[in-house]
Amino acid sequence: MSKQNLNDRRYSRDHEWAKDNGDGTVLIGITDYAQEMLTDIVFVELPPMGKKVVKGEPMAVVESVKSVSDIYAPVSGEVIAINSKLEEEPALINSDAFGEGWIVRMRIDDAAELALLLDAAAYDLLISEDKH
Amino acid sequence: MKKTPLYEKHVALNAKIIDFGGWAMPVQYTNVIEEHKATRSAATLFDICHMGEIVVKGPQAYDLLQFALTRNLQNQEIGQIKLSALLTDDGGIIDDLTVYRIASDFYLLVTNATTCESDWQRINSLRDAQGFDCKLENISENVGKLDLQGPSAQAIFSTLTNYDLNSLRYYHFMELKVSGQPALISRSGYTGEDGFEIYAPAKIIGDIWDRIMKAGLDFGLKPAGLGARDTLRLESGMMLNGQDISESVSPLEVPYSWLVDFDKEFAGAAALRALQQSGIKKKLVGLEMTGRGIARHGYKVFLGDKEIGIVTSGTFAPTLNKAIGLAFVDIDYSSPDTEISIAIRDTLSPAKVVKMPFYKRLKNTVVKRPVD
Repeated sequence: MSKQNLNDRRYSRDHEWAKDNGDGTVLIGITDYAQEMLTDIVFVELPPMGKKVVKGEPMAVVESVKSVSDIYAPVSGEVIAINSKLEEEPALINSDAFGEGWIVRMRIDDAAELALLLDAAAYDLLISEDKH
Repeated sequence: MKKTPLYEKHVALNAKIIDFGGWAMPVQYTNVIEEHKATRSAATLFDICHMGEIVVKGPQAYDLLQFALTRNLQNQEIGQIKLSALLTDDGGIIDDLTVYRIASDFYLLVTNATTCESDWQRINSLRDAQGFDCKLENISENVGKLDLQGPSAQAIFSTLTNYDLNSLRYYHFMELKVSGQPALISRSGYTGEDGFEIYAPAKIIGDIWDRIMKAGLDFGLKPAGLGARDTLRLESGMMLNGQDISESVSPLEVPYSWLVDFDKEFAGAAALRALQQSGIKKKLVGLEMTGRGIARHGYKVFLGDKEIGIVTSGTFAPTLNKAIGLAFVDIDYSSPDTEISIAIRDTLSPAKVVKMPFYKRLKNTVVKRPVD
Protein backbone atom coordinates (compact mmCIF):
# COMPACT_ATOMS: atom_id res chain seq x y z
CA MET A 1 0.00 0.00 0.00
CA SER A 2 1.39 3.37 -0.91
CA LYS A 3 1.32 6.27 1.53
CA GLN A 4 -1.55 8.71 1.54
CA ASN A 5 -1.46 11.49 -1.04
CA LEU A 6 -1.22 14.74 0.89
CA ASN A 7 -3.56 17.71 0.58
CA ASP A 8 -0.73 20.26 0.87
CA ARG A 9 0.41 19.75 -2.74
CA ARG A 10 -0.75 19.11 -6.31
CA TYR A 11 -0.12 16.14 -8.60
CA SER A 12 0.62 15.54 -12.28
CA ARG A 13 -0.73 12.69 -14.39
CA ASP A 14 2.89 11.51 -14.73
CA HIS A 15 3.09 10.96 -10.96
CA GLU A 16 5.09 14.00 -9.91
CA TRP A 17 4.05 16.21 -7.02
CA ALA A 18 4.55 20.00 -6.67
CA LYS A 19 4.31 21.77 -3.34
CA ASP A 20 3.78 25.54 -3.29
CA ASN A 21 6.20 27.20 -0.87
CA GLY A 22 4.15 30.41 -1.04
CA ASP A 23 7.18 32.48 -2.10
CA GLY A 24 7.09 31.92 -5.85
CA THR A 25 8.97 28.62 -5.52
CA VAL A 26 7.75 25.03 -5.58
CA LEU A 27 9.27 21.81 -4.32
CA ILE A 28 9.03 18.88 -6.74
CA GLY A 29 9.28 15.13 -6.30
CA ILE A 30 7.65 11.90 -7.41
CA THR A 31 4.71 10.33 -5.62
CA ASP A 32 4.85 7.42 -3.26
CA TYR A 33 2.78 5.46 -5.75
CA ALA A 34 5.44 6.15 -8.42
CA GLN A 35 8.32 4.98 -6.22
CA GLU A 36 6.34 1.86 -5.40
CA MET A 37 5.93 1.10 -9.11
CA LEU A 38 9.62 1.79 -9.80
CA THR A 39 10.80 -0.16 -6.72
CA ASP A 40 14.48 -0.18 -5.72
CA ILE A 41 15.78 3.15 -7.04
CA VAL A 42 19.56 2.91 -7.55
CA PHE A 43 20.42 6.06 -9.49
CA VAL A 44 19.10 9.61 -9.86
CA GLU A 45 20.26 12.11 -12.47
CA LEU A 46 19.51 15.66 -11.36
CA PRO A 47 19.28 18.72 -13.61
CA PRO A 48 21.98 21.40 -13.30
CA MET A 49 21.23 24.42 -11.10
CA GLY A 50 19.71 27.25 -13.07
CA LYS A 51 18.24 24.99 -15.74
CA LYS A 52 15.03 26.27 -17.30
CA VAL A 53 12.49 23.51 -17.48
CA VAL A 54 9.28 23.35 -19.45
CA LYS A 55 6.09 21.76 -18.16
CA GLY A 56 5.72 18.20 -19.45
CA GLU A 57 9.34 17.87 -20.54
CA PRO A 58 11.98 15.56 -18.98
CA MET A 59 13.70 17.24 -16.06
CA ALA A 60 15.47 14.40 -14.21
CA VAL A 61 15.97 10.65 -14.51
CA VAL A 62 15.47 7.90 -11.95
CA GLU A 63 16.70 4.37 -12.48
CA SER A 64 15.74 1.18 -10.72
CA VAL A 65 17.70 -2.03 -11.19
CA LYS A 66 15.62 -2.83 -14.26
CA SER A 67 14.34 0.47 -15.61
CA VAL A 68 15.20 4.01 -16.64
CA SER A 69 12.40 6.58 -16.16
CA ASP A 70 12.17 10.24 -17.03
CA ILE A 71 10.78 12.63 -14.46
CA TYR A 72 8.70 15.32 -16.19
CA ALA A 73 8.44 18.90 -15.00
CA PRO A 74 4.92 19.35 -13.57
CA VAL A 75 5.22 23.14 -14.08
CA SER A 76 7.58 25.45 -16.02
CA GLY A 77 10.32 27.36 -14.25
CA GLU A 78 13.96 27.54 -13.23
CA VAL A 79 15.79 25.03 -11.03
CA ILE A 80 17.11 26.89 -7.97
CA ALA A 81 17.99 23.93 -5.72
CA ILE A 82 18.62 20.22 -6.21
CA ASN A 83 18.50 17.47 -3.63
CA SER A 84 22.12 16.38 -3.97
CA LYS A 85 21.64 13.84 -1.15
CA LEU A 86 19.97 11.68 -3.81
CA GLU A 87 23.31 11.24 -5.58
CA GLU A 88 24.62 9.22 -2.65
CA GLU A 89 21.31 7.89 -1.38
CA PRO A 90 18.88 7.42 -4.29
CA ALA A 91 16.75 5.10 -2.14
CA LEU A 92 15.60 8.16 -0.14
CA ILE A 93 12.91 8.40 -2.83
CA ASN A 94 11.73 4.91 -1.88
CA SER A 95 11.73 5.56 1.84
CA ASP A 96 10.29 9.10 1.82
CA ALA A 97 9.02 10.19 -1.60
CA PHE A 98 6.95 13.07 -0.20
CA GLY A 99 9.66 14.39 2.15
CA GLU A 100 13.41 13.64 2.21
CA GLY A 101 13.15 12.26 -1.33
CA TRP A 102 12.25 15.61 -2.96
CA ILE A 103 14.07 16.18 -6.25
CA VAL A 104 14.30 19.88 -7.12
CA ARG A 105 13.12 23.28 -5.99
CA MET A 106 11.97 25.55 -8.80
CA ARG A 107 11.10 29.19 -9.25
CA ILE A 108 7.76 28.87 -11.01
CA ASP A 109 7.16 30.93 -14.18
CA ASP A 110 3.41 31.15 -13.77
CA ALA A 111 1.83 30.26 -10.42
CA ALA A 112 -1.48 29.68 -12.18
CA GLU A 113 -0.02 26.47 -13.64
CA LEU A 114 -0.27 24.86 -10.21
CA ALA A 115 -4.03 25.09 -10.28
CA LEU A 116 -4.05 23.02 -13.48
CA LEU A 117 -2.58 20.05 -11.62
CA LEU A 118 -4.68 17.45 -9.81
CA ASP A 119 -5.57 17.73 -6.14
CA ALA A 120 -5.03 14.73 -3.84
CA ALA A 121 -8.57 13.38 -4.34
CA ALA A 122 -8.30 13.52 -8.13
CA TYR A 123 -4.86 11.90 -8.02
CA ASP A 124 -6.22 9.14 -5.72
CA LEU A 125 -8.82 8.44 -8.38
CA LEU A 126 -6.21 8.40 -11.15
CA ILE A 127 -4.06 5.81 -9.44
CA SER A 128 -7.03 3.66 -8.44
CA GLU A 129 -7.93 3.50 -12.15
CA ASP A 130 -4.30 2.72 -12.94
CA LYS A 131 -4.45 -0.33 -10.71
CA HIS A 132 -7.47 -1.78 -12.52
CA MET B 1 0.48 -14.60 -23.51
CA LYS B 2 1.40 -18.15 -22.54
CA LYS B 3 1.21 -19.03 -18.86
CA THR B 4 3.26 -21.53 -16.90
CA PRO B 5 1.51 -24.02 -14.56
CA LEU B 6 2.61 -21.73 -11.68
CA TYR B 7 1.01 -18.53 -12.99
CA GLU B 8 -1.80 -18.47 -10.40
CA LYS B 9 0.75 -18.84 -7.59
CA HIS B 10 2.66 -15.78 -8.83
CA VAL B 11 -0.54 -13.74 -8.95
CA ALA B 12 -1.45 -14.87 -5.43
CA LEU B 13 2.03 -13.81 -4.26
CA ASN B 14 1.42 -10.36 -5.76
CA ALA B 15 4.21 -10.70 -8.29
CA LYS B 16 4.69 -8.10 -10.98
CA ILE B 17 4.06 -9.96 -14.24
CA ILE B 18 5.74 -9.06 -17.53
CA ASP B 19 5.70 -10.34 -21.10
CA PHE B 20 8.93 -12.30 -21.58
CA GLY B 21 9.09 -13.57 -25.17
CA GLY B 22 5.36 -14.25 -25.18
CA TRP B 23 5.26 -15.72 -21.67
CA ALA B 24 3.55 -14.07 -18.69
CA MET B 25 6.40 -14.33 -16.17
CA PRO B 26 7.05 -12.87 -12.71
CA VAL B 27 9.75 -10.18 -12.91
CA GLN B 28 9.72 -9.62 -9.15
CA TYR B 29 7.70 -10.54 -6.06
CA THR B 30 8.97 -7.87 -3.65
CA ASN B 31 11.95 -6.18 -5.24
CA VAL B 32 14.90 -7.23 -7.35
CA ILE B 33 17.63 -6.31 -4.86
CA GLU B 34 15.98 -8.25 -2.02
CA GLU B 35 15.53 -11.33 -4.21
CA HIS B 36 19.07 -11.02 -5.57
CA LYS B 37 20.59 -10.82 -2.09
CA ALA B 38 18.46 -13.71 -0.80
CA THR B 39 19.94 -15.87 -3.60
CA ARG B 40 23.48 -15.00 -2.54
CA SER B 41 22.89 -15.41 1.21
CA ALA B 42 20.16 -18.06 1.59
CA ALA B 43 18.14 -19.46 -1.32
CA THR B 44 15.48 -18.54 -3.87
CA LEU B 45 13.08 -20.46 -6.06
CA PHE B 46 12.47 -19.50 -9.70
CA ASP B 47 9.71 -20.58 -12.08
CA ILE B 48 11.59 -21.59 -15.22
CA CYS B 49 8.77 -23.60 -16.80
CA HIS B 50 8.98 -21.43 -19.92
CA MET B 51 12.28 -22.97 -21.01
CA GLY B 52 12.25 -25.63 -23.71
CA GLU B 53 12.99 -29.34 -23.45
CA ILE B 54 13.73 -31.51 -26.48
CA VAL B 55 14.38 -35.25 -26.27
CA VAL B 56 16.72 -36.94 -28.76
CA LYS B 57 16.54 -40.73 -28.76
CA GLY B 58 17.73 -43.54 -30.98
CA PRO B 59 20.77 -45.43 -32.24
CA GLN B 60 22.34 -42.28 -33.76
CA ALA B 61 21.26 -39.72 -31.16
CA TYR B 62 24.90 -39.22 -30.21
CA ASP B 63 26.01 -38.85 -33.84
CA LEU B 64 23.34 -36.24 -34.52
CA LEU B 65 24.25 -34.11 -31.48
CA GLN B 66 27.97 -34.51 -32.05
CA PHE B 67 27.35 -33.07 -35.53
CA ALA B 68 24.73 -30.45 -34.58
CA LEU B 69 26.55 -28.97 -31.56
CA THR B 70 29.92 -27.25 -31.19
CA ARG B 71 31.01 -29.06 -28.05
CA ASN B 72 32.72 -32.42 -28.19
CA LEU B 73 30.31 -34.84 -26.50
CA GLN B 74 32.61 -37.85 -26.85
CA ASN B 75 33.55 -38.06 -23.19
CA GLN B 76 30.20 -37.10 -21.77
CA GLU B 77 29.20 -39.64 -19.14
CA ILE B 78 25.65 -40.75 -18.50
CA GLY B 79 24.42 -38.41 -15.76
CA GLN B 80 26.58 -35.51 -16.95
CA ILE B 81 25.55 -32.19 -18.48
CA LYS B 82 27.45 -30.23 -21.12
CA LEU B 83 26.75 -26.67 -22.10
CA SER B 84 26.99 -26.30 -25.87
CA ALA B 85 26.18 -24.01 -28.76
CA LEU B 86 23.97 -24.63 -31.78
CA LEU B 87 25.02 -22.61 -34.83
CA THR B 88 23.71 -21.49 -38.18
CA ASP B 89 25.70 -22.48 -41.28
CA ASP B 90 27.21 -18.98 -41.05
CA GLY B 91 28.52 -19.76 -37.58
CA GLY B 92 26.04 -17.55 -35.70
CA ILE B 93 24.66 -18.68 -32.34
CA ILE B 94 21.08 -19.97 -32.53
CA ASP B 95 21.17 -21.08 -28.92
CA ASP B 96 23.34 -21.93 -25.96
CA LEU B 97 21.77 -25.03 -24.50
CA THR B 98 22.49 -27.74 -21.99
CA VAL B 99 22.79 -31.38 -23.04
CA TYR B 100 21.79 -34.02 -20.48
CA ARG B 101 22.97 -37.55 -21.29
CA ILE B 102 20.32 -39.81 -19.80
CA ALA B 103 21.38 -43.07 -21.51
CA SER B 104 23.84 -43.93 -24.25
CA ASP B 105 21.16 -43.35 -26.89
CA PHE B 106 18.95 -40.89 -25.00
CA TYR B 107 19.56 -37.16 -24.50
CA LEU B 108 17.60 -34.23 -23.10
CA LEU B 109 18.31 -30.76 -24.52
CA VAL B 110 17.30 -27.80 -22.40
CA THR B 111 16.86 -24.71 -24.55
CA ASN B 112 16.08 -21.06 -24.04
CA ALA B 113 12.36 -20.27 -24.11
CA THR B 114 12.49 -17.95 -27.10
CA THR B 115 14.75 -20.17 -29.20
CA CYS B 116 13.20 -23.59 -28.58
CA GLU B 117 11.32 -23.50 -31.89
CA SER B 118 14.44 -22.47 -33.90
CA ASP B 119 16.47 -25.17 -32.15
CA TRP B 120 13.80 -27.73 -33.00
CA GLN B 121 13.76 -26.72 -36.69
CA ARG B 122 17.54 -26.61 -36.95
CA ILE B 123 18.24 -29.97 -35.30
CA ASN B 124 15.46 -31.69 -37.25
CA SER B 125 16.76 -30.37 -40.55
CA LEU B 126 20.31 -31.45 -39.72
CA ARG B 127 19.05 -34.93 -38.86
CA ASP B 128 17.07 -35.15 -42.11
CA ALA B 129 19.93 -33.82 -44.24
CA GLN B 130 22.45 -36.22 -42.73
CA GLY B 131 20.06 -39.16 -42.36
CA PHE B 132 20.84 -39.88 -38.70
CA ASP B 133 18.68 -42.62 -37.24
CA CYS B 134 17.03 -41.05 -34.20
CA LYS B 135 13.81 -39.39 -33.10
CA LEU B 136 13.22 -35.92 -31.70
CA GLU B 137 10.40 -34.95 -29.42
CA ASN B 138 9.58 -31.50 -28.08
CA ILE B 139 8.32 -32.19 -24.55
CA SER B 140 8.33 -28.54 -23.35
CA GLU B 141 4.57 -28.44 -22.82
CA ASN B 142 4.63 -31.43 -20.48
CA VAL B 143 7.71 -30.56 -18.47
CA GLY B 144 7.87 -28.10 -15.59
CA LYS B 145 11.16 -26.64 -14.39
CA LEU B 146 12.15 -24.94 -11.14
CA ASP B 147 15.52 -23.48 -10.21
CA LEU B 148 16.39 -23.66 -6.52
CA GLN B 149 19.49 -21.51 -6.09
CA GLY B 150 21.67 -20.34 -3.24
CA PRO B 151 23.94 -21.62 -0.46
CA SER B 152 20.95 -23.18 1.37
CA ALA B 153 19.54 -24.93 -1.72
CA GLN B 154 20.92 -28.34 -0.81
CA ALA B 155 19.78 -28.19 2.80
CA ILE B 156 16.27 -27.31 1.63
CA PHE B 157 15.96 -29.93 -1.07
CA SER B 158 17.46 -32.60 1.22
CA THR B 159 14.33 -32.42 3.37
CA LEU B 160 12.27 -33.60 0.38
CA THR B 161 14.28 -36.63 -0.65
CA ASN B 162 16.24 -39.56 0.73
CA TYR B 163 18.78 -39.33 -2.06
CA ASP B 164 22.22 -38.17 -1.03
CA LEU B 165 22.65 -34.82 -2.73
CA ASN B 166 26.28 -34.59 -1.57
CA SER B 167 27.12 -37.16 -4.21
CA LEU B 168 25.61 -34.99 -6.94
CA ARG B 169 28.49 -33.11 -8.54
CA TYR B 170 28.38 -29.79 -10.39
CA TYR B 171 26.94 -30.16 -13.90
CA HIS B 172 25.66 -33.65 -13.12
CA PHE B 173 22.10 -34.87 -12.63
CA MET B 174 20.13 -37.70 -11.11
CA GLU B 175 16.67 -39.10 -11.60
CA LEU B 176 14.57 -39.42 -8.48
CA LYS B 177 11.01 -39.39 -7.25
CA VAL B 178 9.30 -36.36 -5.77
CA SER B 179 5.68 -36.67 -4.67
CA GLY B 180 5.87 -40.22 -6.02
CA GLN B 181 6.44 -38.87 -9.52
CA PRO B 182 9.55 -39.12 -11.65
CA ALA B 183 11.75 -36.03 -11.58
CA LEU B 184 15.22 -35.08 -12.66
CA ILE B 185 17.52 -32.81 -10.68
CA SER B 186 20.84 -31.34 -11.70
CA ARG B 187 23.39 -29.33 -9.78
CA SER B 188 23.50 -26.32 -12.07
CA GLY B 189 21.88 -22.95 -12.62
CA TYR B 190 22.12 -19.41 -13.90
CA THR B 191 22.97 -17.42 -10.79
CA GLY B 192 26.59 -18.19 -9.91
CA GLU B 193 25.52 -19.89 -6.69
CA ASP B 194 25.30 -23.54 -5.71
CA GLY B 195 21.86 -24.89 -6.56
CA PHE B 196 19.64 -27.16 -8.56
CA GLU B 197 17.53 -27.23 -11.66
CA ILE B 198 14.52 -29.47 -11.10
CA TYR B 199 12.47 -31.01 -13.92
CA ALA B 200 9.17 -32.80 -13.35
CA PRO B 201 5.88 -33.40 -15.17
CA ALA B 202 4.05 -30.09 -15.59
CA LYS B 203 1.03 -31.43 -13.72
CA ILE B 204 2.97 -31.91 -10.45
CA ILE B 205 5.31 -28.92 -10.68
CA GLY B 206 2.91 -26.80 -8.58
CA ASP B 207 3.00 -29.42 -5.84
CA ILE B 208 6.81 -29.47 -5.89
CA TRP B 209 6.87 -25.64 -5.77
CA ASP B 210 4.65 -25.71 -2.66
CA ARG B 211 6.74 -28.38 -0.95
CA ILE B 212 10.01 -26.55 -1.60
CA MET B 213 8.55 -23.22 -0.42
CA LYS B 214 7.35 -24.91 2.78
CA ALA B 215 10.66 -26.71 3.35
CA GLY B 216 12.46 -23.40 2.84
CA LEU B 217 10.59 -21.51 5.54
CA ASP B 218 13.33 -22.11 8.11
CA PHE B 219 16.08 -21.27 5.63
CA GLY B 220 15.01 -17.82 4.46
CA LEU B 221 13.86 -19.13 1.07
CA LYS B 222 12.04 -16.59 -1.12
CA PRO B 223 10.53 -16.82 -4.57
CA ALA B 224 12.53 -14.79 -7.08
CA GLY B 225 11.65 -13.41 -10.49
CA LEU B 226 13.33 -12.77 -13.81
CA GLY B 227 14.65 -9.40 -12.58
CA ALA B 228 16.92 -11.02 -10.00
CA ARG B 229 17.73 -13.84 -12.42
CA ASP B 230 19.10 -11.22 -14.80
CA THR B 231 21.25 -9.34 -12.26
CA LEU B 232 22.53 -12.63 -10.80
CA ARG B 233 23.58 -14.05 -14.17
CA LEU B 234 25.20 -10.78 -15.18
CA GLU B 235 27.28 -10.52 -11.98
CA SER B 236 28.41 -14.08 -12.68
CA GLY B 237 29.43 -13.12 -16.23
CA MET B 238 26.84 -15.30 -17.95
CA MET B 239 25.33 -14.25 -21.26
CA LEU B 240 21.66 -13.90 -22.14
CA ASN B 241 20.52 -15.19 -25.51
CA GLY B 242 18.65 -12.56 -27.52
CA GLN B 243 20.52 -9.80 -25.72
CA ASP B 244 24.26 -10.55 -25.57
CA ILE B 245 24.29 -13.30 -28.17
CA SER B 246 22.24 -13.96 -31.28
CA GLU B 247 22.48 -15.48 -34.74
CA SER B 248 24.68 -12.55 -35.79
CA VAL B 249 27.24 -13.34 -33.09
CA SER B 250 29.96 -15.99 -33.35
CA PRO B 251 30.97 -18.06 -30.29
CA LEU B 252 34.55 -16.92 -31.01
CA GLU B 253 33.56 -13.30 -30.34
CA VAL B 254 32.12 -14.00 -26.89
CA PRO B 255 33.37 -16.05 -23.91
CA TYR B 256 32.14 -19.23 -25.64
CA SER B 257 35.20 -20.32 -27.62
CA TRP B 258 35.63 -23.04 -24.99
CA LEU B 259 32.40 -24.58 -26.29
CA VAL B 260 33.93 -25.07 -29.74
CA ASP B 261 35.97 -28.14 -30.64
CA PHE B 262 37.67 -27.79 -34.03
CA ASP B 263 38.91 -31.40 -33.86
CA LYS B 264 35.47 -32.61 -34.93
CA GLU B 265 33.11 -31.74 -37.77
CA PHE B 266 29.98 -29.83 -36.81
CA ALA B 267 27.35 -27.62 -38.42
CA GLY B 268 28.79 -24.12 -38.78
CA ALA B 269 32.43 -25.23 -38.38
CA ALA B 270 33.52 -24.02 -41.84
CA ALA B 271 32.32 -20.49 -41.09
CA LEU B 272 34.08 -20.49 -37.70
CA ARG B 273 37.33 -21.71 -39.26
CA ALA B 274 37.14 -18.93 -41.83
CA LEU B 275 36.53 -16.38 -39.10
CA GLN B 276 39.43 -17.75 -37.08
CA GLN B 277 41.64 -17.42 -40.13
CA SER B 278 40.64 -13.83 -40.89
CA GLY B 279 40.66 -12.89 -37.21
CA ILE B 280 37.78 -11.57 -35.10
CA LYS B 281 37.06 -7.84 -35.23
CA LYS B 282 34.95 -7.40 -32.12
CA LYS B 283 34.77 -9.00 -28.71
CA LEU B 284 32.28 -9.15 -25.86
CA VAL B 285 33.92 -7.75 -22.71
CA GLY B 286 32.95 -6.98 -19.15
CA LEU B 287 32.75 -3.33 -18.15
CA GLU B 288 32.49 -1.48 -14.90
CA MET B 289 31.34 2.13 -14.56
CA THR B 290 33.97 4.30 -12.90
CA GLY B 291 31.92 7.46 -13.43
CA ARG B 292 28.30 8.19 -12.63
CA GLY B 293 25.39 6.39 -14.19
CA ILE B 294 24.40 2.91 -15.28
CA ALA B 295 25.28 1.44 -18.69
CA ARG B 296 22.21 -0.08 -20.34
CA HIS B 297 21.48 -2.30 -23.34
CA GLY B 298 22.00 -0.30 -26.55
CA TYR B 299 24.17 2.50 -25.13
CA LYS B 300 27.24 3.36 -27.24
CA VAL B 301 30.83 2.77 -26.11
CA PHE B 302 33.56 5.33 -26.80
CA LEU B 303 37.33 5.55 -26.53
CA GLY B 304 38.01 9.25 -26.36
CA ASP B 305 35.64 10.60 -28.99
CA LYS B 306 35.83 7.48 -31.15
CA GLU B 307 32.85 5.13 -31.11
CA ILE B 308 34.17 1.60 -30.50
CA GLY B 309 31.17 -0.50 -29.55
CA ILE B 310 27.80 -1.06 -27.94
CA VAL B 311 26.53 -2.21 -24.54
CA THR B 312 24.53 -5.46 -24.67
CA SER B 313 23.66 -5.82 -20.97
CA GLY B 314 23.99 -3.37 -18.11
CA THR B 315 22.66 -3.02 -14.63
CA PHE B 316 23.31 -1.98 -11.07
CA ALA B 317 24.93 -5.04 -9.44
CA PRO B 318 23.41 -5.51 -5.98
CA THR B 319 26.16 -7.73 -4.52
CA LEU B 320 28.98 -5.52 -5.80
CA ASN B 321 27.11 -2.27 -5.23
CA LYS B 322 28.26 -0.83 -8.54
CA ALA B 323 27.18 -0.58 -12.16
CA ILE B 324 28.44 -3.32 -14.49
CA GLY B 325 27.74 -4.52 -17.99
CA LEU B 326 28.72 -6.42 -21.10
CA ALA B 327 29.64 -4.70 -24.34
CA PHE B 328 30.86 -5.54 -27.80
CA VAL B 329 33.98 -3.50 -28.48
CA ASP B 330 36.52 -3.25 -31.28
CA ILE B 331 39.08 -6.05 -30.68
CA ASP B 332 41.90 -3.47 -30.38
CA TYR B 333 40.33 -2.01 -27.26
CA SER B 334 39.20 -5.19 -25.54
CA SER B 335 41.95 -5.79 -22.99
CA PRO B 336 41.20 -5.43 -19.27
CA ASP B 337 41.80 -1.98 -17.75
CA THR B 338 41.22 -0.18 -21.06
CA GLU B 339 39.62 3.13 -20.13
CA ILE B 340 36.45 3.68 -22.12
CA SER B 341 33.32 5.76 -21.72
CA ILE B 342 29.63 5.06 -22.11
CA ALA B 343 27.22 7.48 -23.77
CA ILE B 344 24.51 7.91 -21.15
CA ARG B 345 21.87 10.31 -22.47
CA ASP B 346 23.82 13.47 -23.34
CA THR B 347 27.08 12.78 -21.48
CA LEU B 348 30.04 10.44 -21.77
CA SER B 349 30.57 8.68 -18.44
CA PRO B 350 33.91 6.95 -17.64
CA ALA B 351 34.10 3.15 -17.46
CA LYS B 352 36.75 0.48 -17.87
CA VAL B 353 37.07 -2.97 -19.38
CA VAL B 354 37.30 -5.61 -16.64
CA LYS B 355 37.83 -9.35 -16.39
CA MET B 356 34.83 -11.58 -15.94
CA PRO B 357 33.14 -12.89 -13.90
CA PHE B 358 32.39 -9.80 -11.86
CA TYR B 359 31.37 -12.00 -8.95
CA LYS B 360 32.60 -15.44 -7.91
CA ARG B 361 31.23 -17.28 -4.91
CA LEU B 362 33.49 -18.84 -2.31
CA LYS B 363 33.24 -22.59 -2.82
CA ASN B 364 32.88 -23.40 0.86
CA THR B 365 29.77 -21.34 1.47
CA VAL B 366 27.31 -24.23 1.15
CA VAL B 367 25.13 -24.01 4.24
CA LYS B 368 24.25 -27.47 5.52
CA ARG B 369 21.96 -26.43 8.34
CA PRO B 370 19.71 -23.49 9.11
CA VAL B 371 21.61 -20.62 10.63
CA ASP B 372 20.58 -19.96 14.25
